[in-house]
Amino acid sequence: MQNIYFDNAATTPVNKNVLEVMLPYFCEIYGNASSLHSFGQEALKAVDEARAKVANFLGCETNEIIFTSGATEADNLAIMGVVFANNYLEKKIHIITTEFEHPAVLETCKYLEKQGVEVSYVKPGSDGVIKVEDIEKEIKDNTILISVMYVNNEIGTIQPIKEIGQLVKKINSERITRDPSTSSSLRSDSARDDTLRQIYFHTDAVQAALYCEMNVENLGVDLMAISGHKIYGPKGIGVLYIKKGTRLQKIQHGGHHEFNKRAGTLNTPLMVGMGKAVELIQTRDLNKIKFLRDYLWQELQKNIVDVSLNGSWEDRTPTNLNVSVQGVEGEALLLGLDMAGIAISTGSACSSGSLEPSHVLMSIGLSHEAAHGSLRITLGEENTKEEIDYFVQQLKQLAEKFRQMAPK
Amino acid sequence: MYSSIVLEHFKNPHNQGVILDADAVGQVGNPVCGDIMKLYLKFSEADKDKSLEERVIEDIKFETLGCGAAIASTSMLTDLAKGKTVAEALKITKQNVADALGGLPAVKIHCSILATEALEKAVKNYSASLERPSPAV
Repeated sequence: MQNIYFDNAATTPVNKNVLEVMLPYFCEIYGNASSLHSFGQEALKAVDEARAKVANFLGCETNEIIFTSGATEADNLAIMGVVFANNYLEKKIHIITTEFEHPAVLETCKYLEKQGVEVSYVKPGSDGVIKVEDIEKEIKDNTILISVMYVNNEIGTIQPIKEIGQLVKKINSERITRDPSTSSSLRSDSARDDTLRQIYFHTDAVQAALYCEMNVENLGVDLMAISGHKIYGPKGIGVLYIKKGTRLQKIQHGGHHEFNKRAGTLNTPLMVGMGKAVELIQTRDLNKIKFLRDYLWQELQKNIVDVSLNGSWEDRTPTNLNVSVQGVEGEALLLGLDMAGIAISTGSACSSGSLEPSHVLMSIGLSHEAAHGSLRITLGEENTKEEIDYFVQQLKQLAEKFRQMAPK
Repeated sequence: MYSSIVLEHFKNPHNQGVILDADAVGQVGNPVCGDIMKLYLKFSEADKDKSLEERVIEDIKFETLGCGAAIASTSMLTDLAKGKTVAEALKITKQNVADALGGLPAVKIHCSILATEALEKAVKNYSASLERPSPAV
């Protein structure tokens, strides 16, 4: 029986070196990092080191790094934190995001919409890439936040974060120098107050961290979320970068942990693991993954008829391949492949627990049929060419079987 | 998520295929929801003088485009309906199919078990064809 893991965008295994550095912080160095005694201070030292590694990875200061329980919490904190800090109940404020965000962002925005916040959802192109001008078109005087994912989690397409960052900078500098009397919405609010002057830019960078430029200054982001378990680190830990000076209200109340922005006892072992995981990113062999992914796509086209690529080929992380196999249903393929020892994922409605196919695939204009027949293969550096060959052979057999089984 | 019975029927479905000289054919579902099912029925020749309700389903085959639960539930329905009279077969409910499969996730019971509807459709199509006068030769 084969045991092939092609679902690295869902989660990655914990790297053994990461696990190793975490272990002493469960039973031996277990002090509360907030305690003043030496038990606590020893734990704090490890937390500080981990924070410094993350700060180094993102090119920022250590006090701009907030550890959270994961990227979902980091996204919630970023978006709700900015909205809550901007007197959203009295002022009509506006945020911009995209149609194909991860639920951590999308559902947070929908929640805020119910609370009276105005939200624009920008549609990606059919190539799965957001156009900067489509973001620009949505910007209004009361826009306070733009949230665009760095890499889409289903189709792996890379978004123009740097360009959007430049746009936000430009708009912000215009706002500062602009005469308030020229803007009706600012005037009617009777104040050219700081809260409406600046647009903050947030990116969910969970799927980018292994593959893309992550320097927050170069990217021009104010807020950035990353996750441990997508980068060979542990589950249950994430990071939110918050640029100094960002007005953000905490959403989890309690002690004064994490620069008073996120209450809760510091999770020393997971923080240490996160620090090690980002440190190891520099050592990863992206060329190997890219070679395998390119080979996979070539073999799929060679062996299976009516298979089409979803999302841009050029603007895509090297791990990701998302295809639609015409005339079959994705969940059936997933089950059949699982029985053959291969783990992949699908955007079919039948695997989602809802009755709707992937919102990502629908947003880039796929038909329901194509979305139901979609497969996402996300490779890791442990995968081999032999595994790809076996997968293609199995998928070919299954596609033929299910096509034969379908009503003509 | 799925019981071992579901997985077995998914892997090796029973009565999968077509009946070229079927007496009744019914298709339900649509590409938007992702599941399409087609049933082919052959009635026993021995009881051809009986009413439709009393006729025995001698053979039944299916074609399905759909998820694991869709394939397994159609397979199971064909097992349950084969050898039964039309009246008996029409009494098979979605819950009966789910129970025979050792249970299904709730969302799948509603969206994936289209097989009972395909059976109703086939019988309906057949009785409609009986009511229509034969075309003049």
